[in-house]
Amino acid sequence: MDRPIRVLVAKPGLDGHDRGAKVIARALRDAGMEVIYTGLRQTPEQIVQAAIQEDVDVVAMSILSGAHNHLFPKVVNLLREEGVDDVLVIGGGVIPEDDIPKLKEAGIEEIFTPGTSTKDVVEYIKRNVKR
Amino acid sequence: MNLGERLLNGDRRACARLISMLENNDLEAVSIIKSLYKHSGNAYVIGVTGAPGSGKSTLTDKLAKEFRKRGKKIGILAIDPTSPFTGGAILGDRIRMNDLTLDKNVFIRSMGTRGSLGGMSRAAWGAVKVLDIFGMDYIFIETVGVGQSEVDIVKIADTVLMVMVPNLGDDIQAIKAGIMEIADVFAINKSDLEGADRTKLEIEMNLDLSEKKDYRPPVVKVSASRNQNIDELVDKLIEHRTYLEETGKIVERRKKNIRLEIMKLAEEEFLSLVMNKAHKGNLFDKLVDDVISKKLDPYTAKDMIMDFIKG
Repeated sequence: MDRPIRVLVAKPGLDGHDRGAKVIARALRDAGMEVIYTGLRQTPEQIVQAAIQEDVDVVAMSILSGAHNHLFPKVVNLLREEGVDDVLVIGGGVIPEDDIPKLKEAGIEEIFTPGTSTKDVVEYIKRNVKR
Repeated sequence: MNLGERLLNGDRRACARLISMLENNDLEAVSIIKSLYKHSGNAYVIGVTGAPGSGKSTLTDKLAKEFRKRGKKIGILAIDPTSPFTGGAILGDRIRMNDLTLDKNVFIRSMGTRGSLGGMSRAAWGAVKVLDIFGMDYIFIETVGVGQSEVDIVKIADTVLMVMVPNLGDDIQAIKAGIMEIADVFAINKSDLEGADRTKLEIEMNLDLSEKKDYRPPVVKVSASRNQNIDELVDKLIEHRTYLEETGKIVERRKKNIRLEIMKLAEEEFLSLVMNKAHKGNLFDKLVDDVISKKLDPYTAKDMIMDFIKG
């Protein structure tokens, strides 16, 4: 399979800082992936529709505002409602350790917290894409 | 239901998946398109091209909204460059189109160029067919930001919209060959900036020098971010369509483009056939070495490949 992995990088919620998301987007690009960047302040509905239209392998979300417990699971649920079951959903940002088990239970398959090397994110995606 | 039936039924995931498969040269997708080809031909294709940062995405967003107001279903293919080094890409045109994402009568797809050089993606031809069969009335193709000679958009679009901005070079730019010649409609975007009138004048003067034809590309000043004059621009795009349809030139244009498309498909397959053969037994590598060490020249190397194929 020599097709590029397609990744939607999205910023759900209302925080206005996307430096981290852009650094990740750039690192994925340099790893040979096609990164669809949708910009700030996306609703879960917008993220899911964009993921469908772009037929991505991965949805990678970044949140710094603290709304992750609400928004991350909502995206996973909407994807399921649409019958999308072959997309890897991951999250990153300022996320307290205590919240991580619950998020994973809700279907966010990995959470990357500050200090993660971009190389680790790339490796994780390459190992875990579902098709 | 198979993917083809799902596409005909308006299933967005099937539409998205078929475009991916075509991007990845999947033969199953090609055979689906073959079987559904008779359902295509309803969509009208508008190419949006212009320099990087001229506002193509923002303008495409506003144009799509105006066409939606007029009850049309819209497909958008937004093309951004693929890295020639890593094969990766940042596809960022959707940022300007987020309001359209939830409209069920709009389908937006970002594509990397994946090695094509003319400002287009090779799979754009296939993707247009998918969106056409999916039932879209208008399909916008937004090219990568272009310089002076990336004119492939004219080989796929029914109408080419050239997006200009004020103060990019003097009037000599307007008389150069290449990209300025393919425009059917000019939009001067960001025309709230100083210099827009001068840019319009330069383009008009250049058009004055063209041989008299029965159609002259209109030049419309707009501001996409301020949503100014978009309705007039849409009127001009539709006027060009009407002109092509009433004069029968639309058939001529599409015939020319279909001819080019078939040739391109045959060329690609022929080339890969030849190169696969030439690569066997390292013939190709050996020829490259011989040319670099001056034992051979590139022309003789080519002759040897041709002899090998024929023999």
